[in-house]
Amino acid sequence: MSLSFLIIAFVTLFAAAAAMSLRNLVHCSLAFVVAFAGLAALYLNLDAQFVGFAQILVYVGAIAILIVFAILLTRSGDTPNEAVLAPGWFYGIAVSAVVFTLLGWAVLSSSALPKEVSSAPQTTVKNIGEALMNKYVLPLEIIGLLLTAAMIGAVIIALKEPSKTDHSGRKT
Amino acid sequence: MLGEQIIKGMAVTARNFFGSYVSKERLTTVQYPEERLVPKENTRQFPFLVYDGDDAEKGLRCVACQICEKECPPQCIYIVKSKDKKPDYKGQPQLYPLTFDIDISVCMSCSICVEVCPFESIKMDTEFELSTDDRFGALLLHKQDLAKPNSHYHRVHAQDAKDSDVVIAGEKAKAEAKAKAAAEKAKAEAEAKAKAAAAAAAAPVPATPPPPAAA
Amino acid sequence: MFEKLDQIFVTLKHLVLGYVPEALQPLVSALLSVTLILAVFPGIFAIVTIFERKGIGRIQNRYGPNRVGIPFTNIRLCGFGQFIPDGIKSLTKEDIVPRAADKVVHFLAPIVMLIPVLLAYAVLPFGRNMTVADFDAGLLFFFAVGGAVEISVFMAGWSSRNKYSLLGAMRAIAQMVSYEIPLILSAVTVVMIVGSLKLVDIVAAQNHYSFGIAHWYVFTPWGLVGCILFFIASLAESNRSPFDLPEAESEIIAGYFTEYSGFKFALFFLGEYLGMFAIIGLGITLFLGGWTSPVSFLTWIPSYVWFVTKMIAIVFVFIWIRATLPRLRMDQLMNLAWKLMLPLALINIVVAGIWHFMGSDWQRWLVCAAIIFGAYIVLGRGLMQHQKLGKRTYRYAE
Repeated sequence: MSLSFLIIAFVTLFAAAAAMSLRNLVHCSLAFVVAFAGLAALYLNLDAQFVGFAQILVYVGAIAILIVFAILLTRSGDTPNEAVLAPGWFYGIAVSAVVFTLLGWAVLSSSALPKEVSSAPQTTVKNIGEALMNKYVLPLEIIGLLLTAAMIGAVIIALKEPSKTDHSGRKT
Repeated sequence: MLGEQIIKGMAVTARNFFGSYVSKERLTTVQYPEERLVPKENTRQFPFLVYDGDDAEKGLRCVACQICEKECPPQCIYIVKSKDKKPDYKGQPQLYPLTFDIDISVCMSCSICVEVCPFESIKMDTEFELSTDDRFGALLLHKQDLAKPNSHYHRVHAQDAKDSDVVIAGEKAKAEAKAKAAAEKAKAEAEAKAKAAAAAAAAPVPATPPPPAAA
Repeated sequence: MFEKLDQIFVTLKHLVLGYVPEALQPLVSALLSVTLILAVFPGIFAIVTIFERKGIGRIQNRYGPNRVGIPFTNIRLCGFGQFIPDGIKSLTKEDIVPRAADKVVHFLAPIVMLIPVLLAYAVLPFGRNMTVADFDAGLLFFFAVGGAVEISVFMAGWSSRNKYSLLGAMRAIAQMVSYEIPLILSAVTVVMIVGSLKLVDIVAAQNHYSFGIAHWYVFTPWGLVGCILFFIASLAESNRSPFDLPEAESEIIAGYFTEYSGFKFALFFLGEYLGMFAIIGLGITLFLGGWTSPVSFLTWIPSYVWFVTKMIAIVFVFIWIRATLPRLRMDQLMNLAWKLMLPLALINIVVAGIWHFMGSDWQRWLVCAAIIFGAYIVLGRGLMQHQKLGKRTYRYAE
C-alpha cells in the first residue's frame, strides 16, 4: 500500500466514476482514457513493463479511438436534460456494496490463493515471448483467429453491395 | 507506380536548390530596395509635363489647349488658361497654363492624354514610389511637380524622346521654312511695290507736259 | 581525448550527482536529463523552422527569410534569428477561444499533445551511455506514447465545435492510425533480427564494422525497404507533406487546430515538429545505427554529434520531399497505406526471417533482395492496373 499505488488507484477510480456520471458523452470517453492510463500506471507500478506499455498502446491508442469514432459517427453528443442518476440510486449503491463485500471476503478467504505472496519473478520481454511461443501458443493462435474473423466480418459489412435487379427490373 | 518519377522530381528540386547559390537564373529574386530591376522602355506610371531648356516657366511646351483635359476618361486633369501669351518653341505667341493639376489617385495611366496632345508636351513618367501618408493633398500634383526637363524625358524613354525631338524639330523647321517663305514673299512684294512705286514715280514725270519754257 | 569528449555529458552528470544526497539522486538525475532534452530539442526545432523556410525558398527560386538577426542589436544573422520574433509573436497574440467551444477540453488538447511527444524522447539513445530511461520494452513504450497523440488530435477537433475542425480531426486520426501499422511492422523486422526490444541493444548490434563499413541495418535488403517504409510512415504520422491533408492551409484552413491562436497554436506546432524529431530519432536508432559512425575511421567523432547530424540530414530530406511532392488526397493516402505499404511490410517480415535463417553467406543477399524487390514491382504494377489513365474525354451538357 505505497503512496504511489494510492495516488494512482485514486485517480483511476475517480476517472471511472467520472466516466459513469458526466453528462457530455465525449467527456465520458475522455475520462475513460484517463482510467485506462491509470490502469497502465498500476501495471508499471508492479514492474510489468510490457503489459503496461501494451495497455497504453492498445487501450488508449486504439480502443479509445474506437469509442470516440463511434460517438462521432452516431452524433449523440448532445447533453441530456434529465438527471443522470436513476431513481432509487441509493438502494443500488447499498446492494452493490453488500455484494462487493461478500465477494471480497469469499475470494480472500478461499484456499485457491497462496498463503504468502512471493516476490514477483523478473520477467523480461524475452521470457514473455518465449512463454507465448511455447506454453501459451494455442491461446495466442485462437486469439489471432478470432481477430481475423472480426476483421473479415468488418470488411464484409463495409463492402459495397453489388447492385442486383429484382424481377420487375428495378435496381436495388 | 514504382516511384522513379518521384526520384526524378526530387533531382529537379535538388538542382534548383544547389543552382540557386551559383546561378542568377535559379534565383530570380531581386532584393528590393537595395537592388532594383531596370525598367523596360515603355514603362508608364503617371503623366508629366515636358519643358525645353532650363526654365520650367519659359520652356513649357504645354499651350493649355485643354484637349487632354477633355479626353481624360476619369477627368483627373484640371487646367486654368492664362490671360496673356508667350512665345512657344516655334516663335508663335501661345497661351500657357496658369494651373495644371493631375490627381494621381484618380489617374488610371491609360495615356490617352499623351496620345491626343498635339504639342508633344505631356508624356508618361516612370516614377512609382509615390506613396505618402497625406491622403488628400499629396496625391494632387501641381504644375511645378509635373514639369520636368526634356533631359529627364530622354532618360526615362530614350527612343520616344528621340522621336519626339524629331517631330519638334520637324515642326520648327516647317515653321521656319514657312516664316522664311513668308519673309521672302514679303520682301519680294515689298521690292516689287518699291519698284512699281519707283516706276510710277519716274514715269509720270516725263508724262506731264513740259512747262512753258518760252515765256 | 575523444573518448572524454564523447562521454562529457555523462561525466558532468556524475559530477553534479556527487554533490547531491543519496536519496535525491534518482530525482536529480532525471531532472538533469529532462532539462538537457528540453533545452536541446526545442532549440533544434527553432533552427529547423528557419532551415525549412530558407530551404523551401531556395528550391522555389527565391530567398527565404534573410534579414532578421538578433532583435534590438545590430547583429545580422542572414535570417537565422527569425525564430525569435516568431516566438514572441506567438506569445503575444490574443488567445481566442470560440464561445461555443468546450473550454476544458479546448485548453487541455495542446498539453495532451505535448506530453506524450516529450515522453518519447526518454527512450532514445542519443549517444554512448546517454539514454534517459533504458526500458526493457523501450520500443513498445515509444509506439505506445505515439498512439496517445491521436487522443489530443480528437480533443482539439471536437472541442472547437467547428465542423471543419472535426472533419480535419477525423481525417488526421484515420491517417495516423492507418500509418501506424506499416510503421510498427517495419520496426518489427529489426526486433526480430536483434532479439530484444531495448533500443540500446539495437544500437549495440549495429556497432560492428566489416571492411570499414558499419553493420547498419539500412545496408541490408530488408533493412533498406524497412527504412524507406518507416520514413514514409513517419512523414504521415507527423502530418507532413505530402500527407498534410488534415492541416493544409489551402484545403481545410488549419484542420483540427483552426480555432487555436497564439501560444496554443505554437504548442501544437512545437508538438508536431518534436514528434517528427522523435520518430526520426527512432528511425535512426533502428536502421541507421543510432549514434554509431558509418565508417570505422570516423569513430573518433563524439556519438551525440553523429546522432544529431543524422537527424538533421533526415530532416533535410523531409524538407526536400515537402518542397517536391504535391499533396496526396485522402483516398490516395489510405490506398497507399493499406494496399501498398502493409503488404510490403508483411513481406518484409518474411524476408527478414529468411535472412536470419539462411546463415551468414552471400546467397542470402541475392535471395532476400530478389524476393523483396520482386514483391515491390509486382505490387506497384498490379495496383496501377485498374486505373485507366487514357485520353481525357468530355461530356457536354445538352
